[in-house]
Amino acid sequence: MKTLSSVRRAPLSFAAIVTVLACLFPVYWMVTTAFKPTREIQSKVPQLLPSTWTFDHFVTAIGSDGFGLFWRNSILVTVSAVVLALVVALGAAFAVARMQWRGRRQFILMVFIAQMAPWESLIIPIYIITRDTNMLDRLPTLTLVYFMITLPFTIVVLRGFIATIPPELEEAAQVDGCSRTGAFRRVAFPLLAPGLMATSLFGFITAWNEFAYANFLIIKEQDNRTLPVWLSSFQNVFGTDWGATMAASTLFALPALAIFLLLQRHVTSGFAAGAVKG
Amino acid sequence: MTIVQKRTPVRAAVKPPGSTPTMTGSSPRRARLPRTRRNLWPYALIAPAVVGTAFLLVYPLVRAFVISLQDYKLAELINGNAEFVGLENYRTLFSDGRFWEVVARTFLFMACNVVLIMILSTLVAMMITRLKKFGRTMVLSSLVLAWAMPVIAAATVFQWMFNSEFGVVNWMLTSFGFEQFDRFPWFAHGAAAFVILILLVVWQSVPFAAITLYSALTTVPVELHESARLDGAGAWRLFRSVTFPIIRPIFMLVVCLEVIWTFKAFVQIWVITQGGPGDATTLLPVYAVQRALSSQQYDLGAAASIVTVLILSGVLVLYFRQMFRQEVQQ
Repeated sequence: MKTLSSVRRAPLSFAAIVTVLACLFPVYWMVTTAFKPTREIQSKVPQLLPSTWTFDHFVTAIGSDGFGLFWRNSILVTVSAVVLALVVALGAAFAVARMQWRGRRQFILMVFIAQMAPWESLIIPIYIITRDTNMLDRLPTLTLVYFMITLPFTIVVLRGFIATIPPELEEAAQVDGCSRTGAFRRVAFPLLAPGLMATSLFGFITAWNEFAYANFLIIKEQDNRTLPVWLSSFQNVFGTDWGATMAASTLFALPALAIFLLLQRHVTSGFAAGAVKG
Repeated sequence: MTIVQKRTPVRAAVKPPGSTPTMTGSSPRRARLPRTRRNLWPYALIAPAVVGTAFLLVYPLVRAFVISLQDYKLAELINGNAEFVGLENYRTLFSDGRFWEVVARTFLFMACNVVLIMILSTLVAMMITRLKKFGRTMVLSSLVLAWAMPVIAAATVFQWMFNSEFGVVNWMLTSFGFEQFDRFPWFAHGAAAFVILILLVVWQSVPFAAITLYSALTTVPVELHESARLDGAGAWRLFRSVTFPIIRPIFMLVVCLEVIWTFKAFVQIWVITQGGPGDATTLLPVYAVQRALSSQQYDLGAAASIVTVLILSGVLVLYFRQMFRQEVQQ
C-alpha cells in the first residue's frame, strides 16, 4: 500500500519540482550571474554555480554614475507617495467603514473603478498636462502620479482592516470622555498599525517598480531619474557587461523580494492582488 | 483585488451596511451635536480622495479624449491653440492598415497569454491542493518570489537568459540537440521576440492566478469529491462537474483581470523590444506612445489610447458584474 501511494505520488512530486524550478530559475539566474567572474559569464558552457564568488559586479553597479542619487530619488518619491496615500486613504476608509452617508455606494464604486484605471493609456495626456504646467523633470510630479496609483488599493484594504475593529471599543472610549478623533487615535489606530504597515509596503513596491511615468516624465533632468529607469538604461551604458547588469537588477529587486517574503501570509490570502499588478 | 478578500478573516468581519451602530448616535455626546455638522464629516474625510481622483485620473482621461478630437501635433504642443477637428483622428486611425494589424496583434497576444495563464495556473492550483505541507510551502514560496520580481528586473533577466551568444536558453536548446539555436538571435526575430514576451508575461502572471485559484479550491468541500468518486467519476469528470462549478465565479474574475492586465502590457515590451523588430511586438499601448512621443502625433496617440480604454471598459463592466453578483451571493 505504501509503495503504491509513493509511486502514485511520483508524478505529483515531479510536477511540484518543475513548478518550483520554473518559478525560481530566472531569479536564481539573476543572482548567480551577478556573483560570477566575467570569464564564467562569457563562457560557452554556463555553470549553475559560480566557481569563485565575486563582488566586482556589485562594486561596478554601485560605483556607476549617479547610483546613490537615483536610489535617493526613488526612496524620496516612493515614500512620500505612500505616506500621502496612507493619510488620504485613512480618512476615506474610515468614512466608508464606519459612517452612513449619501453617496457612499457611489464612492466605493469610484474607488473600485479607479483601482482598474488604465495607467498605460494615460501616459500621453499626463505628459501633456505635466508639460503645460511646467512640471516636467520634477520629482513631485512622480509623487502625485504614484499617490494616485496606490490610493484606491490603499482605501479598499484599509476599509477592510477598519471594519475588523469593533466600533464598540471606540464608543467605550467616547463614553469615558474621549473625543471621536481621540477615540480613533488612541483605540483604533494602534490596532490598525499592522494593517497600515502591510498596506504601505505593498504601495511601496508598486511605486518602487513603476517605470513608464518615471521614463516619460523625467526627460532632460538626468539627475531626477529613478532606479527603474536607471536599470533599463544600464545595458546601454555598460554594453555587454551582463555581470554588472545582473548585479544592478539584484540590488533593485532585493527590497521587493524581501517585502513579499515577509508578507507572504498576506500575499497568499490574495490581499495584494490589486497592489502589485496593473 | 477584492476577489479573494471576501474569504479572508479581514473581510469576514465586515458588517453589512445599515448595521453600523456608530452613526445611529448611541452615545449621548454625539446626540447633542447639531445634525448638519455630523453629516458633513464623511464628506470632509473623502474630499482629498475625491479631489485627487478628479485631478489626477478623471482630468487626464477627459484631456485624452479632448486631444483625440483636436489637431494636436508638435506645433500645438508648443504654442497651444489646438483646433477641433471632430472625429478626423479616429477616421485616420481606422483607415490605417497598420493600426488594424496592431489591434489584431494585441488580441492575439492577449488570447495566447490568458489561455496559457489560466490553464497553467489551474493545474498548479490543483497540484498545490494535493501536496503535503512541505511541498505546498515550497511551491507557494517560489510562486510568491516569482510574483515579487519587479517587471524591470524580470525583463532584464529574460534578455540575459535569451542572449544570443552566452544566453542559457540557447545553450540548453543546443545541448538538447537543437543545433539551429546555436547563437540564435531571439530579439532580431519577430515571432521569437513575440514568444519571449508571452513567456515573460505568463511567468509573471501565473503566481497571482494560481494562488487565487488555490484559495478558491480550498473552499471545495472534500466530501463532495469523495461521494463523486464513489459514484465512479473519473478525474476529468470530477473536475468538470464538481470542482469547476464551485470555483467558477473566482475563475471568471481572474480571467477578466488577466484580460485587462495583458491587454495593456506595456513596460515589458517597451524595455525589451520597444515594439520591434519591425512592428512584430507593437501592441496598442506601445503603438499609442510611439505615435505620440516618438512621432509627435499626440492626437493620433490619444485616439489610440481612447480606443484601448473603451475596449478595456467593456471587460471591466463584465468584471464588475461578476464581482457584484458574487457579493450578492455571499
